[in-house]
Amino acid sequence: MAATEHAPAGYEKYHVPDSSSLAVRATVGLILTVFGAGLLLNDMTFGETHESGNAKWVLAAGLVFFILTLASWFRTTIRENMQGMNSAQLNHSYVLGMFWFIFSEVMFFLAFFGTLFYVRQLAGPWLAGEGDGGRMNGLLWPGFEFSWPPTITPQEAVGGSDVQPIANNGAFLTQDRSMSFADAHHWYQWLPMWNTIILLSSSFTVHIAHTALLKDQRSKFNLWLGITVALGIIFVGLQAAEYYEAYALFGLTLNSGIYGSTFFMLTGFHGFHVFMGMTMLLIQLIRSVRGHHFTASDHFGFEASSWYWHFVDVVWVFLFLFVYIL
Amino acid sequence: MGDHHHGPAKGLSRWLFTTNHKDIGTMYLWFSFAMFILGGTFAMIIRAELFQPGMQLVEPGFFNQMTTLHGLVMVFGAIMPSFVGLANWLIPMMIGAPDMALPRMNNWSFWILPPGFLMLASTLFMEGGAPAFGWTFYAPLSTTYAAPSVTFFIFAIHVLGISSIMGSINIIATIMNMRAPGMTYMKMPLFVWTWFITAFLLVAVMPVLAGAVTMMLMDIHFGTSFFSAAGGGDPVLFQHIFWFFGHPEVYIIILPAFGVVSQVIPAFSRKPLFGYASMVYATAAIAILSFVVWAHHMYTVGMPVAGELFFMYATMLIAVPTGVKVFNWVSTMWRGSLSFETPMLFSIGFLVLFTIGGFTGLMLSIAPADFQYHDTYFVVAHFHYVMVAGAVFSMTSAVYFWLPKWTGRMYNETMGKVHFWISFVGFNVTFFPQHFVGLAGMPRRVPDYALQFADFNMMSSIGAFVYGASQIMFLYNVIATIVSGEKVSDEQVWDGAEGLEWTLPTPAPYHTFEVPPKIEATPAHG
Repeated sequence: MAATEHAPAGYEKYHVPDSSSLAVRATVGLILTVFGAGLLLNDMTFGETHESGNAKWVLAAGLVFFILTLASWFRTTIRENMQGMNSAQLNHSYVLGMFWFIFSEVMFFLAFFGTLFYVRQLAGPWLAGEGDGGRMNGLLWPGFEFSWPPTITPQEAVGGSDVQPIANNGAFLTQDRSMSFADAHHWYQWLPMWNTIILLSSSFTVHIAHTALLKDQRSKFNLWLGITVALGIIFVGLQAAEYYEAYALFGLTLNSGIYGSTFFMLTGFHGFHVFMGMTMLLIQLIRSVRGHHFTASDHFGFEASSWYWHFVDVVWVFLFLFVYIL
Repeated sequence: MGDHHHGPAKGLSRWLFTTNHKDIGTMYLWFSFAMFILGGTFAMIIRAELFQPGMQLVEPGFFNQMTTLHGLVMVFGAIMPSFVGLANWLIPMMIGAPDMALPRMNNWSFWILPPGFLMLASTLFMEGGAPAFGWTFYAPLSTTYAAPSVTFFIFAIHVLGISSIMGSINIIATIMNMRAPGMTYMKMPLFVWTWFITAFLLVAVMPVLAGAVTMMLMDIHFGTSFFSAAGGGDPVLFQHIFWFFGHPEVYIIILPAFGVVSQVIPAFSRKPLFGYASMVYATAAIAILSFVVWAHHMYTVGMPVAGELFFMYATMLIAVPTGVKVFNWVSTMWRGSLSFETPMLFSIGFLVLFTIGGFTGLMLSIAPADFQYHDTYFVVAHFHYVMVAGAVFSMTSAVYFWLPKWTGRMYNETMGKVHFWISFVGFNVTFFPQHFVGLAGMPRRVPDYALQFADFNMMSSIGAFVYGASQIMFLYNVIATIVSGEKVSDEQVWDGAEGLEWTLPTPAPYHTFEVPPKIEATPAHG
């Protein structure tokens, strides 16, 4: 670099990384993953129509390769930062990147919440004969009445899945049960309430950890971050228990018509995001405990993970409201 | 640290491992041109079958695969990546940045595209054939009645959605964080502005598309009922979600094209762009309105009347900011010192033909009239006037305009002008008659048709072959320029061109603006 070149004040030299194999490796991992998943799903649904009995190995190899590459990618960026290559301007690029990534996740959930609202407010009543197309109800789904949670699918109303082969096989037989509070016989048995308490608390604990880090209190930071991760694990565990209950005791499955579809889609993707956020925070904990990473002024890895954690928390509040309570 | 003034690496590893925005832009541009040829080949098959009534060349099922893949490849493979390539090349040079904000992620955004499209194209050879449900993949055609290859189609959509989201996050971070000192938002070239707004649209709607295909995946493989009325869901729900993505998507395609034209017309009019601020506000207004007009694609599906009325009036509102833009482009040329080099010809072609496409759009927005137009060739003509004469003409204009800056060599002007006139005539011969057959009732996506449409269809097919062949001339001209074009060393290249990229040496060095330039206080726009 020519010594005479100086950036204007406030504009340090922006570090443009040298060429890197990370992107191509991540591509190989991602494509193997989705290709393997596609083969596996098609085998599952349509039978093994081609020689792809090794679909699960393609998927597994892709996942392992992808995760290893991501780990290597993050390690590279962490090292660059610790070697002082990141200017304030570059760090701001990471902040913007994370913010708009979370925004894209919000829009992803919006698709599923939109589905829930549409079904509850429009499609359901229409199927039961409301509105301009009401006369069709008597022709297509005579006897179907809509309620939320639904006690019956339109298919069941007209008698079983043999009548119309395009229908999904309504196996949702327990008519008085849903995952909402009205059907929990004792308030202390109602898992979603406990999960709400756990997840809301974990947002506070991660905030306490952040405050401690800003004051350079390492052990306090580790303690409260550890508590946050533990709460995340408990949440995922309780969610699994709830799913078991739904499948084994209530007969509520993915096949149970639109209630099961929206319930499992919304809570399932949320649970997956909790798992991801928990993993991210766990990695920050390991970095702090073992590597003594992070200072009071430089801890973006933790900060980004905590934003993500607050995001899954907010999504849960909406889930609790619209899936469980209302 | 190593020497940062080095040039590109040698051989294949340069392209595989690059973090350079110019390399990545070049790869996007070549990839999108390859997809343009592939999608164009599908179009030629469609037009060959439709040359005469009756079934001649292909099976109806294969014809449906062709219309589906033509749409998907052109939208997601040709047009979108071509503008991302342009963004990569130009945005850092236009705002005085050393590169994109997140260069490694930039490389990843590109490299997942080719295997993603390979997966999509490979469905042609799978049992049951490629997706055949149209590029809009309405349920239940795309769920209950789809070939098994639909699973790979779904994952391909996921992959290119990931690419688009990462690419647009990168563009947002670059524009918000990497502008040179003094490059305030209202001094940015309009191409940067239109891409800035496009990137927000992408981050907002690509995840919704991902949600839609995920629900398809669940319906197909896990027995859910999102799009099945029998289970309490609704196939129309799919259309709502798809078009909540799909309408902003058409502005994602056209806004960067607006940006290109807003750079080219002032350069060859030798006048600053008329109404810069109003252009910015009009772009933002179009983007915001694009979120509340989606159901105008679904007037005939059986919505409540209140819904029809809301979406009709909201759609008509879009004509206002679009009209502002057309007015500004025309006013920029008014009393300008015009010259008609190839980029200018393509931009003027854009202006005239896009406006026709806009007017037919206005016709389609009228809900009661749309009951006649819906799913006819009138719709096909309408959106090809905005997609081809809009987006593709503008992209072609951009290539001719910036090619000398990229390569340091001048293209063959005569051949460029010939390319324009053949394209212009070929395009109109192809698509203008489709307005008439559409109004007369010829449905789209059908391999055979009634006898009274024969003449116009034959005309359409001939035009399509001419337009398709003219692209070979374009490819030849670009390659000949790179290999042996006349050298250009003038920084400005075009005497009327304005902007930071024209202050750089020609050809643009591998690394530019490693130290941000100081932007003078004089207003860049009149």
